[in-house]
Order: sequence, then C-alpha cells, then structure tokens
Amino acid sequence: MKKDKTVGRHDPFEIEQREWKQRQTKERLKQLLTIASPLLLLLLWEFMSRTGIMDIRFFPPPTAIMGTFIEMLSSGEMANHIGVSLYRILLGFLLGVIPGIIVGLLMGLYSPIRHFISPIVMALMPIPTLALLPIIIILFGIGDLSKVITIAGSVFFPVVINTVAGVINIDSIYLDVAKNYGADRKSFFLKIALPGAMPVMLEGIQMGQAIALLTIVAAEMMGATSGIGFLIWTSYKAFLLQEMYVGLILISFFGYLFSLLLRGIQKKILPWR
Amino acid sequence: MSKEIKINIRNLTKAFYKKQASVTALDDISLTINDGEFVCLVGPSGCGKTTLLRILADLETPSIGEFTIATGGEDRPLQSMVFQERGIIPWLTVRENVAFGLKMRHLPKKVVKERTDYYLKKTGLEKFSSLYPKELSGGMKQRVSIARAFANDPEILLMDEPFAALDEQNKFILQEELLSIWSETGKTVLFITHSIDEALLLSDRILLMSSQPGRIIDEIIVDMPRPRRMEDIREDPIVAGKFIRIWKHLQEEVQRSRLEDD
Repeated sequence: MKKDKTVGRHDPFEIEQREWKQRQTKERLKQLLTIASPLLLLLLWEFMSRTGIMDIRFFPPPTAIMGTFIEMLSSGEMANHIGVSLYRILLGFLLGVIPGIIVGLLMGLYSPIRHFISPIVMALMPIPTLALLPIIIILFGIGDLSKVITIAGSVFFPVVINTVAGVINIDSIYLDVAKNYGADRKSFFLKIALPGAMPVMLEGIQMGQAIALLTIVAAEMMGATSGIGFLIWTSYKAFLLQEMYVGLILISFFGYLFSLLLRGIQKKILPWR
Repeated sequence: MSKEIKINIRNLTKAFYKKQASVTALDDISLTINDGEFVCLVGPSGCGKTTLLRILADLETPSIGEFTIATGGEDRPLQSMVFQERGIIPWLTVRENVAFGLKMRHLPKKVVKERTDYYLKKTGLEKFSSLYPKELSGGMKQRVSIARAFANDPEILLMDEPFAALDEQNKFILQEELLSIWSETGKTVLFITHSIDEALLLSDRILLMSSQPGRIIDEIIVDMPRPRRMEDIREDPIVAGKFIRIWKHLQEEVQRSRLEDD
C-alpha cells in the first residue's frame, strides 16, 4: 500500500513508524540489561574486594582471577585440565544420553516394558550417583572411566524420563492418522514416535547437560589427578583461592556455552515448532 | 453413476463398557452405500456418528456385526480418512503430509511425486508445499488433509466434520473444492456433519441418526441437480422442506436426550 495522505490529519504511517521505532529501542534496552547484569556483578565484586568490604583473601577481585587464568593458560597447565574434563564430560554425556533415549523410547512405545522397567528407574533415580562414587572407583579404577561412568549414570535418568513422557504425550490423533494410512512399525517409529517425542526429549537432554557439569566437578574431587574439578579441589586445599575461582568460572562458562549450543541444535532439528 | 453397492454394513452394534455406565453407541445399524455416492451422516452430538466412521476406518472394532467395502481388485487402500483440524502432522511439511499415505504404502518415488504434485496443485497448496502446518491457516490445513486423502486414492473416503472449525466463507470455498475433486474422481464419500446446510449442499443422500443408542432413523434423498449453490438450497421449496424435516428431528432428539438425562 502506498502512503495516502489523510487530509488535515497526521500521516498514520508516520505515527506507526514512530511507535515501531520506540518498540525497537525498548527491545535493544532489554538486550542491554541482559549484558549489564553480569557486568554489574563483576564490577561490584571488584569494587568490594579492592576496598576491603569483602575479604580479599576469600574473594580475590575478578581482574586478579583473570590474571591468574592467563598465567595458567600460558604455562600449558590449564589446557590439560580443560581438555581432560571436556573429554570426560562429552564421553559421559553420550554414554548417558544414548542409552537413555533407547530405553526411554522402548518404555514409551511398549507399555509392558514400561510397566516392567519404570519401578527400577524410579527407585534408582533418587540415589545420587556421586554417593556411589567410591564403589564406582573400586570397580572402574581412578582413571577416566570411573568419571565417565559417574556422569553417564547421572545423565541417564532425566533423559529416560523425558523421552518416555515425550512418547506418551504424542497426541493420539497422530497415532490414528498413522494407523489409518497404514504405517508399518518402522515408519511409525521414524515418522511419528521419534519426531513427536523429540521436543520433550531435547528438554531432557538439556537437563542432562547441566547435570553432567555438576557431576564432573564433584567426581574429579575424589580420586583424580587432573581436570577442572581436581584443579578446584587442590587449589582449595592449598588455599590458592584465585586458582580455585578460575576453575569455578570455567565450569560456569562451559555450562553457558553448552546451553547455547544445545538451543542452537534444537532450533535446527525442530523447524516445525 | 453406477448402482453397485460399495459399502455394506450389516447389523453393526458397538457398546462401550465402563464399570458405572455402559453405553450403546451404535445399535443394530444396517445400511448400504452405492459406488460413487456422497452420503452425509447427520445427528446430534454424541449420537455415535464418529464411532461408526472410526469402525469403518479400522480404528475401532464393532462389538457385533460386520461391514464390507467392495474393492475393484486394484492395489488400493480400502479407505482414507479426513480428520478434524488437528489431523495433519505438525513435524511434516505440507508436501510430506500430502504424500504421507503414498509413502506409507511404499509406492515408487515417481508415483508418489506425481500424485502429490497433482493434488498440491488441485488444492492450491503448491506455493506452501515446503511450509510446516504451524504456518498455515485453518482452511489451508484442511486442504492438506483433503489432498492427503485423495492422493492416497482409496476405495472410499471417510470425513469426520472436516470443516467444523472453519469460518463460513472458508467453509463455502472448501466445500466447493471438495465437490470439484469428488466429481472428478467419482469416489464414494461418507461425510459426518452437524450442519444441515452442509449436508444439503454436499450429499446425494442424508442419513439421520438418533442419539444413544445410535440408530439410523430417517433417510433423505437430495436429488437437486449439481452444481448447487447455497442460494438455490435456500430458495427451493422442496429442499427447504427437507431442511425443516431434519431440523425438527434434531430438535426432538436433543429434547429427548435432555429428558432422559433428568
């Protein structure tokens, strides 16, 4: 539509355009707020630590932590810790997610399997895998494997539960459509069950990712000789708090990164949402 | 139009058993529908018309009785259903939805593409073929549903109030499109509706159902020449008489079930 002037009045498009601009500015301000809050927190921390309001021994200023991080990075010690932890997280995550999806789909699709397995899942879920760490170390040694197993054990449950929920909650009309149009077992699984369960399943995987990070730190505190958790624990014991904070901030950074990554993947594989 | 019997339903009864209150949804229904006939099933809500359709669609089994759908001996599915609005699959694109039945039957890729293209074009969905259903309006969604059923080329088509959720204008357009595809393919259609106008506009014959237990209690032949327009239906005194007859019947049924509930 062309701009047609209404005689003696304001141009409606001009008014709308002004309002649109205002909305845009508001959106940008909100984005600014999102960036501002962590920055403000860091600034406050820096200020309180430097002025002695907070004890500098327990709360070293962020700039000092940053300096320590760069030192550790250049000595090559850091890369090793990060690499080892990421390796364990990734392997443990996959080892928890893949069986979780398979078991979850089987439980969701076949109700006898669901009735048989769900009491076991429900009974085992509340036991923190970390409480089993001593046993896991006895069984799998103090190497990478015990950490990987611990992570896998923690990641498995949210993925199973969400996958089952995802399958069960598929609208029954889609099951009717599949049946009416003669879908065989394989097509039903690939065209209806799997994509239908995907959104809820991905939520479970997102939760699993967060749990994997929580678990790695604790798992590496016991019987480990490297990794971010090991770094945090040994720095704490030696009262090297700047080094400890470097470890904590790294975990927080990776948690944020993985969340963004999974959200990106989610958008890619669920274009229909 | 040939006079061969396409659908033959004999003494069909369906009861639903529950601990407190068992319900007879369909009571001893016998009817035949001819090849190429467009039949509308009209009745008050809860009269079991959807149950009857679901039995024919093989989504429900009858308690007693049986039905047959005559086949032409070709490799065709017996029936395809046009579901209500939510019936298209949200994670498949328009094209994948239309091709769904053909793919499920593992037809050669070329045949699938040909037929899908044909019905996408027929229903005016070409431009939208790569969109997902969330981006479509209600009318467009039902076009997908209709295209999917016709592309499947079944012996008979079952339609469960496909236009109930649409606004009046869209409804007219889709009814017209449906009739045009129907007259081209000559398919036998069993169509559920609670709209008397819709039944008069679309069908060769209207079957009236009573509610609980669901029985066929009246049959109205609509022999008005096609193509019909809504104006003709409203103006023609004979058809208007039929409208009143169906209307009265529905009123009685509603009253009756209300009294029984008290």
